[in-house]
Amino acid sequence: MIGRLFKFHGGIKPDAHKNESSGGAIRKAPLPARLVVPLRQSARAGAACIVAVGQRVLKGERIGEPEGFLGTGVHAPTSGTVAAIASCPMAHPSGLETPCVVIEPDGEDRWIEHAPFDYRAASRDEALAWLRDCGIVGLGGATFPSHVKLGRGSGIETLILNGAECEPWITCDDRLMRERAVDILAGANILRELIGARELVVGVEDNKPEAVAAMQAAAVGTPTRVVAVPALYPAGGEKQLIRVLTGVEIPYGKLGGDYGVRCFNVGTAHAVYRAFIHGEPLISRIVTLTGNCETPGNWEVAIGTPVADLLALARPKADTDRILMGGPMMGFAMPRLDVPVVKGTNCIISASPRLFPPAPPEQPCIRCTECAKACPVELQPFELYWHSRSKNFGKAQEYHLFDCIECGCCTYVCPAHIPLVDYFRFSKSEIWAREREKTAADQARERFEFRNFRQEREKAEKAAKLAAKAAETRAKLAEAGTAEAPAAADAPAAEDPKKALIAAALARAKAQKAEIQPQNTDNLSPQTQAEIADIEARRKVLEAVAATPAPQAAEAAAAPDEPRS
Amino acid sequence: MFTAILVMAGIAIVLGLTLGYAAIRFKVEGDPLVEKIDAILPQTQCGQCGFPGCKPYAEAIANGEADINQCPPGGEEGVRKLADLLGREFKPLSEEHGVEKPKSIAVIDEQVCIGCTLCIQACPVDAIVGAAKQMHTVVEPLCTGCELCVAPCPVDCIAMVPVAETVQTWKWKYPVVEIRKAA
Repeated sequence: MIGRLFKFHGGIKPDAHKNESSGGAIRKAPLPARLVVPLRQSARAGAACIVAVGQRVLKGERIGEPEGFLGTGVHAPTSGTVAAIASCPMAHPSGLETPCVVIEPDGEDRWIEHAPFDYRAASRDEALAWLRDCGIVGLGGATFPSHVKLGRGSGIETLILNGAECEPWITCDDRLMRERAVDILAGANILRELIGARELVVGVEDNKPEAVAAMQAAAVGTPTRVVAVPALYPAGGEKQLIRVLTGVEIPYGKLGGDYGVRCFNVGTAHAVYRAFIHGEPLISRIVTLTGNCETPGNWEVAIGTPVADLLALARPKADTDRILMGGPMMGFAMPRLDVPVVKGTNCIISASPRLFPPAPPEQPCIRCTECAKACPVELQPFELYWHSRSKNFGKAQEYHLFDCIECGCCTYVCPAHIPLVDYFRFSKSEIWAREREKTAADQARERFEFRNFRQEREKAEKAAKLAAKAAETRAKLAEAGTAEAPAAADAPAAEDPKKALIAAALARAKAQKAEIQPQNTDNLSPQTQAEIADIEARRKVLEAVAATPAPQAAEAAAAPDEPRS
Repeated sequence: MFTAILVMAGIAIVLGLTLGYAAIRFKVEGDPLVEKIDAILPQTQCGQCGFPGCKPYAEAIANGEADINQCPPGGEEGVRKLADLLGREFKPLSEEHGVEKPKSIAVIDEQVCIGCTLCIQACPVDAIVGAAKQMHTVVEPLCTGCELCVAPCPVDCIAMVPVAETVQTWKWKYPVVEIRKAA
């Protein structure tokens, strides 16, 4: 394998600020009074709740069943009682609510029975299902389900372990590599075997010499290579790290897997190790607490711990004006502090105007192309900005808006202080929303058209049914022969089913009428009989009058038929 | 002279045949303009425009029988797109056809529903399930919010509920430039 490193386009070198929090060992954060475990760990996928209020749960007990293709399991981070299943704000820039399981810890921290999983004895699908049920997702921040990323597991040559941690301030992967290098490599080797890769390469930025040394020490005597890559933001981006280590440049719409490379975060590898070797689901992670605070450091935090409880450990200084989740480049200011830590939370930064001065007012773009020089995916952010600003989304997509990884390099270098990434995020979510609307409209159109088609079909079916019934009756009449209903038989309408039917019905009614004799005609007084005779006489006269125009009408009706027959 | 006439006639025959063949081979079925208009319309199938569905409205617009501002669910943006497509002037939504409302879906109060099936017959996209004398319910993802089921309900148990924003449908806002006093 080639030993040389490659370069990706652009990139920036912001102040790393790693030393603030990387000095001390990882400590275990105390359990809060209430753990709020979101069933939806990222905007992408959710889980179905399988516990009830008041139920006792043990540490590691599954409380959420994976839902959908991208779903993973959610587990109780400690033993206790389910206090509520309610909507709570989520660690998301919107601050919107999502269903959460609120657990009151009992302090015992008692584990549910768990056992290691022998992935060598089990089939690949079983091992992937185990990962899903253990709730293993990418811990680098994107929380993409690992079992999906392991995919079909063919054609992968190289597994890259991402320990670059390029964002300033964050040191959780750094500390993890220093302290648990052996476990990380064990997990990485499991991943390598599951994906069928030949070699394992660990990429660590060279501003973490202790982590590089620890990983190298752990890798001694194994074919694993630990490579120090030059510190250049965003070297920890998946495609950027693959480029640096292998020289492969992955185009848009393709994944590393298409080029024989897969990339996993070191934290994920550690979680995989815990899941297979100890049988433990993902219920805690390392979180860096840093920024404008008295006691920065790294803590092992139970998933679901409210951020406010963690800040008590870091003790932010008085001039802290906002709290960031994630790094300063790609993270977001939290709308509120009662949100819980989720699997993707790697860092919580207390920001002050001194450390993170508010951006000066936005000025017009002068097309200096500094952003294009800094862009690690070789886009032209100034063009994208122009089209996003004018909401010309089609044009923005033509300039490959969806290649943007929102790393923030362009915003960082922009001399006009334009929040470029904000514009790109706005455009992306607007395009997604339109896409959703279009899909819904297409579905509605299809259903509407089908409904119309169905109504037409039903009408046709009804007509066909009536016609069939008429034909049946006609056949019956024909069978019954002429004897029964001479009136019907001699009617010229034999070819017209309707007329035949009417004639038959009339004949039946006539016959019935003839049969029925008035039953109250006995023992009548002569006076009444005289009245009846009088009425009958009048009726006869009326019938005679009514009958006279009838033949004319019948002739008139029959006349146009004659030429036809 | 004769040769010239022959050549000209030959060319005319060849070109005529080519054009005739092209007219058959590349014949456009239906009116493509109707399809384009129909793609812009929101497919709510609500009939607020005065036509029985979006497609008939699209046909009416294409034939010049209807104006472009009769679709309240499409909103101002829809009118703007239609104006762009047809090269006409933008005009505000006509008030007689209704006003633009936030996207809502129908919700049946299942306790009150008597199972009359009138709403099922009214739904243009078959988004209501149920049977005679059985409770009905709206299949949420299929509901277009056309409100056609509200009027026929004899017990007024259908309400239009605005769709709440969720984490999946949340959108980043347009960056707002803060205006500050120059120092």
